[in-house]
Amino acid sequence: MDKTIPDLATAVAGIEDGMTVMIGGFGGSGAPIELIHALIDRFLTTGSPKNLTVVNNNAGNGHVGLAALIEQGMVAKLICSFPRSADPRVFTELYLAGKIELELVPQGTLAERIRAGGAGIPAFYTPTSYGTDLAKGKKVEEFDGRSYVQERWLKADYALVKADRGDRLGNLTYRMAARNFGPLMCMAAKNAIVQVSEVVEPGSIDPETVVTPGIFVQAVVQVANPAQEEVLNRANAVYPEAAE
Amino acid sequence: MTKLTSTQIAWRAAQDIADGAYVNLGIGFPEMVAKFQPPGRQAVFHTENGILGFGEAPAIGEEDWDLINAGKKAVTIKPGTAFFHHADSFAMVRGGHLDVAILGAYEVAETGDLANWSTGPKGVPAVGGAMDLVHGAKRVAVITEHVTKDGKPKLVKKCALPLTGVGCVTRVYTSLAVVDIRDGHFVLREKLPSLSLDDLRAMTGAELHLDGEIGDLIVPEL
Repeated sequence: MDKTIPDLATAVAGIEDGMTVMIGGFGGSGAPIELIHALIDRFLTTGSPKNLTVVNNNAGNGHVGLAALIEQGMVAKLICSFPRSADPRVFTELYLAGKIELELVPQGTLAERIRAGGAGIPAFYTPTSYGTDLAKGKKVEEFDGRSYVQERWLKADYALVKADRGDRLGNLTYRMAARNFGPLMCMAAKNAIVQVSEVVEPGSIDPETVVTPGIFVQAVVQVANPAQEEVLNRANAVYPEAAE
Repeated sequence: MTKLTSTQIAWRAAQDIADGAYVNLGIGFPEMVAKFQPPGRQAVFHTENGILGFGEAPAIGEEDWDLINAGKKAVTIKPGTAFFHHADSFAMVRGGHLDVAILGAYEVAETGDLANWSTGPKGVPAVGGAMDLVHGAKRVAVITEHVTKDGKPKLVKKCALPLTGVGCVTRVYTSLAVVDIRDGHFVLREKLPSLSLDDLRAMTGAELHLDGEIGDLIVPEL
């Protein structure tokens, strides 16, 4: 078995129009910039994929990564908890113009919906959002004298995730707080495509330290020295770069 | 002293955090609470994006942007730091494992209802972890000005703004007083010594109940 893929373009080749794509990261930490940019490259060449539903904690920052994907008009709907950032203009303008749909989900509920999707649990109850506008239309049930809101699982056709080390079998480790949604999204997607800083041989990752077991991962592609969204934004980077 | 500064409110809230408590501080103003832990006490701070026991901000230029807090500011690791994924992070929140969450507020009702995420239907709505954080911590405390910039009470009978959570707040530290929420009532614990009870009541949008002695709210100049 070898889940490694030679290049980014091949890694994202299966993502089609209208699919649901989970994208890892919390703000810039864990954002799979190179995988997202590979998807933009494909769109610029072929006009596809578009009409995507994207699941991410945020709505992009500046003009790189997720913000760039949105800026290209590839995203029809965003499922997220906090569509604000230092520079949220790309999403904000499209949203206020009615050109992108937003499903706002409390952050912990978003994480648990993704986990439930990966764990085969179609719905669960949470105290979060009870009695608020975000619980409108949702089933409420009382357990042991307290009210809880029913939430549904969230699944995806693809997940694009950034990890640190990965082996040929798809076992992964992450780097610090960049872990965030990665392990959950790998579980919840039919195809979890993971960019890693280093592909290593099976056995190189101590089994005690594997964070995402390979069963949740379909493809691993090496991106040594990956870009960091925060650093790109501090340099006012734009993707794709304007032609000189 | 006519009212406490934000820094002083944060200082007062910090005095009630026990040694070894697991604490989540909301982004923005509540983050200041971490600076004022009394000597000899060490709380363990949780941040929603997946770190427990993180350290202070690094020097400028030393940031590692994989190591940020929920406010997307750079932090550091220190002995005992732990990383975890988002579902575990919110299990810590909802599962009753945190001792204290300290949050900001637009309005707090005498029933413990909190409004702190939305000022209405204009613009882009964003909730983040606010609705999760109000559930599960053993104490949910709010730090806030006592009145708005226009002088309207922020402690009210019923919140007018969209709710973050129902019946969730247990204590409020304001620029004028410390108020507990008990059985659907505001119970006054401390007030600025220079402020009369009548004046405080005039600036409070619901009845302030008394239960025993009112302590003096005394905070150092900071």
